[in-house]
Amino acid sequence: MHTAAGVEACLPIRSDMDLVWVRQHVRQAAALLGFGLVEQTKLITAASELARNTLVHGGGGQMEATRVSSGGAQGLRLSFSDEGPGIADLDLALSDGYTSGGGLGMGLSGARRLVHEFDIDSTPGAGTTVRVTCWVAQPPRPREEA
Amino acid sequence: MSDASPRPVPGQVPVLRLGDVLLVTLQGDLHDSTAQQLQQDLAETISRTGVRGVLIDISGVEIVDSFLGRVLAEIAAQAKLLAARTVVAGMRPAVAITLVELGLTLPGLSTALSTEAGMRLLTQHSPVPGAGGPRQESP
Ligand SMILES: Nc1ncnc2c1ncn2[C@@H]1O[C@H](COP(=O)(O)OP(=O)(O)OP(=O)(O)O)[C@@H](O)[C@H]1O
Ligand SMILES: [Mg+2]
Repeated sequence: MHTAAGVEACLPIRSDMDLVWVRQHVRQAAALLGFGLVEQTKLITAASELARNTLVHGGGGQMEATRVSSGGAQGLRLSFSDEGPGIADLDLALSDGYTSGGGLGMGLSGARRLVHEFDIDSTPGAGTTVRVTCWVAQPPRPREEA
Repeated sequence: MSDASPRPVPGQVPVLRLGDVLLVTLQGDLHDSTAQQLQQDLAETISRTGVRGVLIDISGVEIVDSFLGRVLAEIAAQAKLLAARTVVAGMRPAVAITLVELGLTLPGLSTALSTEAGMRLLTQHSPVPGAGGPRQESP
């Protein structure tokens, strides 16, 4: 499809400059897929939180953006991965206000609320991958409450 | 998102002085380091000039994440310690909706819908809360 070119990408996350590129790419991809303004804003904000975690806690990594479809619905999937220290206690990391550093601890739990689907795969000592998906207009299944 | 996205501009955010108020206009997509630099610059400028207010226009800002939200809150907190009030003006509706869902309600920030309204807030001759007289920190 003609939009795949502007949607699919793999971007490095190594500096705060890269965070700007990640946000710009997500903005462009979400606009191409037809997301509304509020949904675009939520998605870019979630991506910014997750990319910053990849950079700050994971020691750098990458974001992969892919276009997904399911039963006629179009969506954007973003996958943030690093080979950093991993997360030992996922429930703790996902609770509002928990931070191991000087943050507000709202990034991970907040990003989860901003998207339709959210999952984390983390192995202590090996790295972390956070995958989020947003569907244009109608999510194919009801959103989960945190 | 309507217009072509501006290129990211590393470096400085201009700080304008209008009488007793510093006017800061944030635009486009800010680098973390640019936001942090602004935070430092503002503290120095407030203390050097003795202004009583800081007006931050974010109508050109498409997203506020927890990092920028925290920088704004810290700017307001440090300005208050330096006897100045901060008003954040012009937040886009989509940004407000997203911040609340993110869990960042930024209770310490004063806001206004426009820079004009923000300027009125700052130039009313009301005392600066908590910065008017000698302060004592409780232990
Ligand atoms: N990619 C990652 N690798 C390792 N640890 C992570 C990763 N992402 C998150 N964490 C852990 O989860 C905690 C919570 O993350 P969250 O984004 O909610 O808060 P924060 O980054 O500490 O602060 P904030 O995002 O509000 O500035 C982090 O403090 C960190 O310990
Ligand atoms: Mg974070």
